[in-house]
Amino acid sequence: MRAVVFSVLLCWAAVAASATPEDRLSTVFQSIEANRLDEALQRVDALIREYPNFRLAHLVRGDLLLARARPLQTFGNVAKTVPGEKIDGLREEALARLRAQRQRPGDDRLPRYVLQLHAEQKHVLVVDSRRSRLYVFGNDKGTPRLVADYYVTLGKNGIEKTREGDQKTPVGVYHVTANLPRKKLTDFYGAGAFPINYPNEWDRRQGRGGYGIWLHGVPSDVYSRPPRASDGCIVLANPDLESVGRHVQVGLTPVIIADEIEWSDAATIAAERAALAGAFEQWRADWQSRDTERYLAHYSGRFASPGQDLAAWSAHKRKVNSAKRWIKVGVSRVAMFRYPRERDFVVVTFNQDYRSDGLSNVMRKRQYWVKEGAQWKIIYEGAG
Amino acid sequence: MLSLATCLGCILMALAVALPARADDVQDAAKLLKAGQHKQALELVNKALKAKPRDPQARFLKGLILTEQGNSKEAIEIFTKLTQDYPELPEPYNNLAVIYASQGQYDKARAALEQSIRTHPSYATAYENLGDVYAKLASQAYDKALQIDSSNAAAKNKLSLVRELVGRPAAAAVAVAPKEPAKRPVVVAEKPKPAPEKPAPAAADPSDEVLKAVNGWAQAWSKKDADGYLAYYAKDFKIPGGEARDSWEKTRRARVSAPKSISVSLASPKVTMNGADRATVTFQQNYKSDVLKSNSRKTLTLIRADGGWKILEEKSG
Repeated sequence: MRAVVFSVLLCWAAVAASATPEDRLSTVFQSIEANRLDEALQRVDALIREYPNFRLAHLVRGDLLLARARPLQTFGNVAKTVPGEKIDGLREEALARLRAQRQRPGDDRLPRYVLQLHAEQKHVLVVDSRRSRLYVFGNDKGTPRLVADYYVTLGKNGIEKTREGDQKTPVGVYHVTANLPRKKLTDFYGAGAFPINYPNEWDRRQGRGGYGIWLHGVPSDVYSRPPRASDGCIVLANPDLESVGRHVQVGLTPVIIADEIEWSDAATIAAERAALAGAFEQWRADWQSRDTERYLAHYSGRFASPGQDLAAWSAHKRKVNSAKRWIKVGVSRVAMFRYPRERDFVVVTFNQDYRSDGLSNVMRKRQYWVKEGAQWKIIYEGAG
Repeated sequence: MLSLATCLGCILMALAVALPARADDVQDAAKLLKAGQHKQALELVNKALKAKPRDPQARFLKGLILTEQGNSKEAIEIFTKLTQDYPELPEPYNNLAVIYASQGQYDKARAALEQSIRTHPSYATAYENLGDVYAKLASQAYDKALQIDSSNAAAKNKLSLVRELVGRPAAAAVAVAPKEPAKRPVVVAEKPKPAPEKPAPAAADPSDEVLKAVNGWAQAWSKKDADGYLAYYAKDFKIPGGEARDSWEKTRRARVSAPKSISVSLASPKVTMNGADRATVTFQQNYKSDVLKSNSRKTLTLIRADGGWKILEEKSG
């Protein structure tokens, strides 16, 4: 048993005293590594008493018991003929949980995507699909700090959702749009659900379809599900969903779903943020200056707004701006997130306070910025 | 699967006690048990216990008889009391474990076997049984891990097949036989002693013939020889569930020929003659095919017909 399975666990990190079921499962493996099999069995028995639906724990228990009767051939040494994917799902869950624990990011490591949180965004959720992991970062005066991380189940067919029914989880920058409590849902969704805004503006523009991507819990008869088992949703164990839910602000909390999180450091991220913030400020100043050509130079040739391409947008802006004697543009609550998988692609969301001698309005706005050559350009602009 | 401790002599030696006064009754009861005459054996052992109620050998034997009769509740009481009175004996713990295991109470079985090994670290039977119990517990844990769903159609079919074969789900099969199939009835190890003075209850010749027929039946089944297999059933075989003979034969044919391989072996058969032309055989049936493994107790009633012995009735459990 040890030779086959637990060689992968040799670098198992010391587990903190906080005893989540996953932490406790890890102590079971520690006992196995130390060849204290009786202790391992006691620990897994205690874990199962508390979490009787933790199927992975039952599988480990089965191995520990069977090892007393005969040598094990493999991890999850089930003798019966059962569908292979059932055992594989549990094996993959074991590996995902163990790897995520083992490869916890260091304190100085930050997800490259979070360039700027605004003051009211208390947390940001970042999903690493490869690791089947959701990381919760708190907003520590603008700098993300890792608060907790959880095992998650994603789409049966992986990531990069493109169409309805493809059973994939989208990759991109989203936010939570609602909070659906347990009592409004069937048991399938467990402790509750938090829908996100897939498909977002960029997805629609790329022709991506489907809908109803949620973060949600699990049915009452399981503790967790295999790493790839949902129809595209992000599924957490019910206690984990409840913990995450305590951090979620509807309409505010970003959910960034990446293939594999790119980790960076505070200095690099600060430099990237400064470059983009400079371009953004220049755009604001140029609009306010009523020099429409300078203002329009911030827009990419590929720009599109809902119902308008660059030519239509430019014509409209030239007409409106020339009629004004003064314009004042204020921005606040600016959030900036680099888009996973895309190259030099950033979503900026902000409150725009537009005043002029004719019209004034305040709105939440969203822009997608892309780097063309050395210049950051706006490729999409619309209500946020 | 699990082996009962059946050695009365061991108990005496372990306790270093003298032969009890009514040793004859106990030895005779042991022989009756071995011959499958449970009722008579029980009467005799009760008689012995009346004279000496605390006699460990008689109590142990009574526990064995009750186990064989399927009276688990009283058997458990007797073996439990023996573990309290003679905590140094591993056998009563072992037998308790066998009964618990037969009831599917594997955690209790495990505890009893671990106790048995604590009292006697070299007691091999308990180790073997413990291995089986761990394998059973592991299988239960895997079932929970994989949520093997009994409402699933495939699982249901499999279960009903097991029920047909053994008369109840395989998980609940009682298993009390020694591991090796024994040709002769072996239940209670005899003290080394010359041939019994009293004649054995079963006449030697007809019971050998009956055994031969039962072994032939098992061999035909193992060879997937459906015709040969069915030829062992009497014309007036009592078909379970009142099914018509035709459809019963069809089902049996399918069952015998469908698997790629079958192996049926019989362990500890006990033949009881009921007159010259009728016999009852009980045995442990170890059935193994490429799709199913089951271990069950079976009772066949055979009658003398067409110059041989034919099966009149077949009961599982």
